[in-house]
Amino acid sequence: MLEVNGLTKSYGKLTAVNGVSFHADYGETIGLLGPNGAGKTTTVSIIAGLLNPDSGEVLIEGKQVKSDTDPVKLKIGLVPQDMALYDQLSARDNLTFFAALYSIAGARAKHAIDEALNLVALSDRAGDKVGTFSGGMKRRLNLAAALLHDPQILLLDEPTVGVDPQSRNAIFENLEVLKKRGKTLIYTTHYMEEAERLCDRIVIIDHGKVIANDTLQGLHKLLPITNIIAIDLDSADGFKPEQMLALPDVKSAELIQNTLRVGVHDLSQGAPAVLRWLTENGHSFHHVSSEQPDLETVFLTLTGRSLRDSK
Amino acid sequence: MIPFLALVRKDLRLFFNDRKAVIVGILVPIVLASFFGYLFGGQGGNAEMSRLSVLVIDQDGSDTSRGLISQLAGDKTLDVKASTLDDARTAVRKGKATAAIVIPKDFGRDAGRALFTGENKPALGLLYDPSHNMELGMLKGILSGAVMQTVSKEMFTGQSGRQVIDDSLARVENSPGISATDRKALRDLLGSVRNFNEQRDRETASGQARLSGGLTMPFETHEEAITSGQNVEYNGYAHAFGGMGVQFVLFMGLDVGIGLLMLRQTGLWQRLRAAPLSRTMLLGSRTISAALTACFILFVLFTFARVVFGVRILGSLAGFVLVCVAFALMTAAFGLMIAALGETVEATRGYSVMATLVLVMLGGAWVPTFVFPKWLQRLTVVIPG
Repeated sequence: MLEVNGLTKSYGKLTAVNGVSFHADYGETIGLLGPNGAGKTTTVSIIAGLLNPDSGEVLIEGKQVKSDTDPVKLKIGLVPQDMALYDQLSARDNLTFFAALYSIAGARAKHAIDEALNLVALSDRAGDKVGTFSGGMKRRLNLAAALLHDPQILLLDEPTVGVDPQSRNAIFENLEVLKKRGKTLIYTTHYMEEAERLCDRIVIIDHGKVIANDTLQGLHKLLPITNIIAIDLDSADGFKPEQMLALPDVKSAELIQNTLRVGVHDLSQGAPAVLRWLTENGHSFHHVSSEQPDLETVFLTLTGRSLRDSK
Repeated sequence: MIPFLALVRKDLRLFFNDRKAVIVGILVPIVLASFFGYLFGGQGGNAEMSRLSVLVIDQDGSDTSRGLISQLAGDKTLDVKASTLDDARTAVRKGKATAAIVIPKDFGRDAGRALFTGENKPALGLLYDPSHNMELGMLKGILSGAVMQTVSKEMFTGQSGRQVIDDSLARVENSPGISATDRKALRDLLGSVRNFNEQRDRETASGQARLSGGLTMPFETHEEAITSGQNVEYNGYAHAFGGMGVQFVLFMGLDVGIGLLMLRQTGLWQRLRAAPLSRTMLLGSRTISAALTACFILFVLFTFARVVFGVRILGSLAGFVLVCVAFALMTAAFGLMIAALGETVEATRGYSVMATLVLVMLGGAWVPTFVFPKWLQRLTVVIPG
């Protein structure tokens, strides 16, 4: 459906995008994950036809966007990072205008607008001026405006910036509906939990380069530890966590108050060995759980820097 | 066509939904043009002029000084009030009066004598506000005419004038320095004046007097305003509404340019560009919407001027419409140029306001271009203001 091959874009001496490649199939959600300034928005702008790459190509169903008026652009819906709405107009008037940009008018426009408003649960506010909307409602309308011409690919550039958790959830639900309808979603974010929840595959971009491109499970395999076993000890007096490192599957161990956190590469082998060692050495415990490291840890491992604070 | 019309319609809706833009674009120029039109002479150039406030201190108290004050008070450009010297000084200093005229003691007598002999001319005092030099010049002119009329009248027909003639006749007869020839000529002149006065007294008594005494201004002025058409009265509102219309339409164009510059920095521009529309359509629609807005502003201004102040389009109406359309398109292009050349909104706004004001000024919207130097007048021909 979407092929992005070796995109490069420079502004003077700054290389914003450096050989970015990935692909997306029908119904697939791709997360472009990276810190601010990583090149995500530039990549999305090139895919949307707003920028010409210095080199590389974008193919949509095998066709390149060759001009401003290329019909291939009809297959793309863009949800810009900035709120792209007219505050002085009502929600319906905004959508009527954006539908007209794709030559959709009359009954067809009304149908598309009603459906989009219904999807984002703003039908009851259709006649109200957008200036009176909350940030979350504007974000939802911002999404609706990109759906009117029924694009196959939806480019979502950080669509949840600055919204409350409830509105964020609502947007996620909207996107899940679209995904079920077979739309291809390209979702840029620097929120790991969003990428983890929504995306089938995650493309991690840093300094304009793709440093990882895999499913969430695949990315976890890049880590030295795939699971953390958390064990609440009855007593931590005199316990030395570094003793655990002698076990073959244990990669890390730390004690936080009475909770022992042990990192293992293979949970099925590591967990029994750790619990057996504790029992044999007289350390009783009352609760055991396991957790997977998040994308923050993945990014940290791959770049050596924190995702949110990267420059 | 659907996208193009939608783009134009959206721009027009945004403009007319913006109360501030409408007020600035239409109401303010109407108010300012009405004010300046009134100052420029109003309808038929008959606007009431403000009168110069002049105080008069009469230290003479003679028929001549009273006649002079009466003459000055009769002038429609002066607002004459009696005062004392101290009060007059204070009033002029505080700007409550433009000038004060001090008529000194014995002014009537001395002025009458000086009229014939040129000796010992009395001095009229003038207290004035130095910030009103132009008004002072006007006042001096009016004063000269009034003094000549009043003094000559008094000298030829007034009581003090008759006394002066009698005294002068006596002095002529008794003065050893006057030659016999001159004595005869002066005796004839003064005697003729005395005979004239005596005859006039007789005619007045019998109700047959025809002439007023004294000198009068030997001319009158006939004023005719030359306007663009024959037999067309000057209407100050025409220039004011034209000038203000141009100025505020250019400001509207400036706002269009700044708006487009700001749009380029927002997601809205990305959304517009993401649609399968050419840049020509995006910018062309903005050009048309700006030109339509400009035409609308001009239409409202001239309609208001026509209905309220009777401003008429002289010559070709079609030509006037074409000029308006050309100017509206130029304004739209001006806005696009601002958007294309501008970098930051703040700096661009500053530069373009300055450019607009210079265009307006050089185009003659503020003051007529004939006050400019010749080289600048030639330049104004190509200035699109």
